[in-house]
Amino acid sequence: MKVLTLNFLTCAVKTCKSSADSFPLHPKDAELAHDDIEINPELLANVLPRIDWTALRTTSTELGFPELPAQPPTVEELEADEALLKELHSLLLETQMMEGKLVCGCCGHEYAVREGIANFLLPSHLV
Amino acid sequence: MSRPEDTLSADVHYDDVEARKYTTSSRIKNIQASMTERALELLDLKSPSFILDVGCGSGLSGEILSQTPEDEGGPHVWVGMDISASMLDVALQRDVEGDLLLADIGQGVPFRAGSFDAAISISAIQWLCNAESSETSPAGRLSRFFNGLYASLKRGGRAVCQFYPKNDVQKQMITSAAVKAGFGAGLLEDDPETKNMKLYLVLTVGGSATGTKGGDITGVVDGMDGVDVHDHRRKGTKTGKGEIKKGSKAWIIAKKEQMERKGKIVKATSKFTGRKRRIQF
Repeated sequence: MKVLTLNFLTCAVKTCKSSADSFPLHPKDAELAHDDIEINPELLANVLPRIDWTALRTTSTELGFPELPAQPPTVEELEADEALLKELHSLLLETQMMEGKLVCGCCGHEYAVREGIANFLLPSHLV
Repeated sequence: MSRPEDTLSADVHYDDVEARKYTTSSRIKNIQASMTERALELLDLKSPSFILDVGCGSGLSGEILSQTPEDEGGPHVWVGMDISASMLDVALQRDVEGDLLLADIGQGVPFRAGSFDAAISISAIQWLCNAESSETSPAGRLSRFFNGLYASLKRGGRAVCQFYPKNDVQKQMITSAAVKAGFGAGLLEDDPETKNMKLYLVLTVGGSATGTKGGDITGVVDGMDGVDVHDHRRKGTKTGKGEIKKGSKAWIIAKKEQMERKGKIVKATSKFTGRKRRIQF
């Protein structure tokens, strides 16, 4: 699962929807992999305004990456700076979480991730 | 035509054998590919986008999203949701590019608000019309799904869901659930009244910036060839039947004429007809 997707996933439990703690989900015992994907500047420029930067900083720190700058780059900065573009592409799209767990900060439910597929099926008492 | 939806739930029906059969059948592959292309055409994406594939299965539709050429606005990045683990297993073996989630769409869409540019669903949402346990109802599952989908799409985003309704009741149930969730909804029928009829539910979130006719389906198909628009929506300004107020002079005269035609004895109409009596002390 890409770090980009992690930046959008929330807890599936209905009662957690209203809580701010249900996002982002916290990776636990994560095993990462690196995939080579062709760089797509237009997509990054399209997605960048929608990325929750504080959540991305939390996730990347929890995954053991060096700390990101406090402020997100603007789309213009991104288009001008190729090194920055490459770095962001590598973090968001090429880094894959293969194994581990995603933990909700609100209810503490653990979503298992196996072979890059997260299991979001809820047991009937949580639906 | 067999309908697996009637007998089993999706995760039970698509076991390892069925999932492999589904993905290796060239007939299904062709149909899925053409429907995905049609859906992409309806989405009308101009630049590489972040797309949700609802009921992605083995990634047959997702593959097309990843392979969309640059001049048609691709390649897109997608996230797929499916309830069948066997289908996702086949997708893994086929090494699809999108991210996969094992999730039940009837339990909602676990993404934060405004995540996706668009959503696509090929032959999936009719599965929501069946409840496999007494705790859930089709209407409840449909509304959880559409509410979740509505929230996870960005403003001006679009969703195209191709589905196979069993009958008009199911069609109506799905459409009204989408409308209740807040979508602007429209149905597009390809090859109507033939065996190959394909039904697409085109959903829009908020007004889209493109198109002068507004963001709904009539704006989407505007300019496409061979599309007849049947707009059944009520036009708010027209008063319609309620022109004659009940109890008014015109209404009384109309009634009297009606009775006269029936051969009843009717008092003559005068200047006092329909007037109030003066107030009695």
